[in-house]
Amino acid sequence: MRILSCLTLAAAFAIPTVAHADNIAGAGATFPYPLYAKWAEAYRAETGIGVNYQSIGSGGGIKQIKAKTVDFGASDMPLKPEVLDMAGLMQWPMVIGGVVPVVNVPGIKPGDLKLTGAVLADIYLGKVAKWNDPAIAALNPSLALPDQAIAPVHRSDGSGTSFIFTDYLAKASPTWKDSVGVSTAVEWPTGLGGKGNEGVAAMTGQTVGAIGYVEYAYALQNKMTYAQMQNAAGQFVTPDGASFQAAAANADWANAPGFHLVLTNPPGADSWPITGASFILMHKTQDEPETAKRVLAFFDWAYRKGDQMAEQLHYVPIPGKVVAVVEASWAKNMSDKDGKPVWTK
Amino acid sequence: MPVTPEQPARDALFLGASRLATWALLSLLLAILLTLVIGAWPALVEYGPSFLATDAWNPVEDVYGGLGALLGTIVTAVIAMIVGVPVAFGVAIFLTELCPWPLRRPIGTAIELLAAVPSIIYGIWGLFVLAPVMQSTVQPALAATLGQVPGLGRLFSGPPLGIGMLTAGLILAIMILPIVTTILRDVFQTVPPIYRESAYGLGATTWEVVWHVVLPYSRTGAAGAVLLGLGRALGETMAVTFVIGNAHHIKASLFAPGTTIASTLANEFTEAVGDLYTGALIELGLVLFGLTVLVLGAARWLLARTGLEGKAR
Repeated sequence: MRILSCLTLAAAFAIPTVAHADNIAGAGATFPYPLYAKWAEAYRAETGIGVNYQSIGSGGGIKQIKAKTVDFGASDMPLKPEVLDMAGLMQWPMVIGGVVPVVNVPGIKPGDLKLTGAVLADIYLGKVAKWNDPAIAALNPSLALPDQAIAPVHRSDGSGTSFIFTDYLAKASPTWKDSVGVSTAVEWPTGLGGKGNEGVAAMTGQTVGAIGYVEYAYALQNKMTYAQMQNAAGQFVTPDGASFQAAAANADWANAPGFHLVLTNPPGADSWPITGASFILMHKTQDEPETAKRVLAFFDWAYRKGDQMAEQLHYVPIPGKVVAVVEASWAKNMSDKDGKPVWTK
Repeated sequence: MPVTPEQPARDALFLGASRLATWALLSLLLAILLTLVIGAWPALVEYGPSFLATDAWNPVEDVYGGLGALLGTIVTAVIAMIVGVPVAFGVAIFLTELCPWPLRRPIGTAIELLAAVPSIIYGIWGLFVLAPVMQSTVQPALAATLGQVPGLGRLFSGPPLGIGMLTAGLILAIMILPIVTTILRDVFQTVPPIYRESAYGLGATTWEVVWHVVLPYSRTGAAGAVLLGLGRALGETMAVTFVIGNAHHIKASLFAPGTTIASTLANEFTEAVGDLYTGALIELGLVLFGLTVLVLGAARWLLARTGLEGKAR
């Protein structure tokens, strides 16, 4: 009897999707995981349908959806339209978040330090190596900057956060674009690597003179010293919900083929410059249209009822007019084997 | 015991079972090797031997070289051995030869407990406790002393970051210490008491007993203990990932961040996109496999050449 119940328990953990045929399964990006988990919990309470999301990383999510082992994949890096076409996939933005530079310099308090994209790129290129470098001092005439070596901290694992950050640096600095480039993992010219947002946060906190970049939520939770950034309009902005929202509102999703749009350095006087969306990936042709419909119903629910939960966790919800564009693309692009649209609403 | 009719059948069964276990182990090893080669194939074909000639690690351009990780693995393991092994010998000799009897059990148990601490705990301790001390005190002191020596000074130059190859090596030294100490103590205890007593009876000092009786008798076992420690240092993953700084470029200074093969795999495998990236990571695994075989083989050969193996049993 005891063995039997143990076995049942083991089976329930091992293959949850089989145990409940109604459940949906997804895998991918770690950055939106706290939000997707919260949405899943609330959705289950409301509808009884479980969403099993595994935060194995964007790269893993892309592999799993290509292999069709999950119902949906999630990635912080949008796939290029030609890559999507080749794999028969479609993507759309699910939530927006901000990446924040954090520093550990004695005497500097949160929001004190002002940086531009070009200076940030030079720091990560190793060209600006001391905190009292004239380039930093010129932006911060009122601060007493120490003669301390800068230790730039980056992600050691591949990460959507790094993609957003390097994309921004490439837009701010031609040298960065040519010599390093943009990806979830790049050949960092200098600095220390930490694993995960928490690794970068910990390493920055432990190393005097360090500068790192983390998701906004991590900077808040760890009470880290964030910096102000100059945006495309030339204004210095503080990272918060309002500046992320401004960045999201100024993005032109309707004219981005395959929703391939990176939100970094957007226009607008209030926009936070290092902002990015997290994406959902699904197959355009669905072998099991009923399952696909259930998945889309979950995302539709999240768009309509999940905004408050997103804001509680310091994410920025997708603006309503963008949701309309996304749902129109579901109806247009996703069908079953006979070409019948999956999403009709 | 009387021989029963079933005896030969049982013997045959036991022989078969143990033979099967041995072959299963060996074929598992071969299967691992085969899997590594198949997984690394795209990278093996693309880069050939030049994979080990460069420290480039560029996922954007899909150019990978394993030299940085290989060198980091060897350098951190060497630091760990230089710092850890003498201390382990000291502790083991103290425990078997010098320690008052009532204290031997408690100290021995404490060291065994240290060996059971999960490696991630060492990593967290290294990042939150050791690294700040290294940055504020140890590294500036090293730079002011050893850093001024011509030639050698380059190893101790550059800005003190706290996190880097030296800190990783020290964490590894602390991690291999309990396991090497415990095995050394057990090995030293196998020296028959009559040898020790004879030596003491002849008027030998404790030092002479250790140097001329205990160590020669237990040389093979001691070498085994050191090799096990080296094996752990080469393959250690999480603790190193925390404190090494995870940078692929080779720098002359031990203060600079580096990376090891195991920590590179732990960091990058989940998010590696594309056959070449994954292949290059698996090829790193293959290199570590080869390195371990090489180290173990070299040690066996050294022991055999000096005629110590077997004789000292």
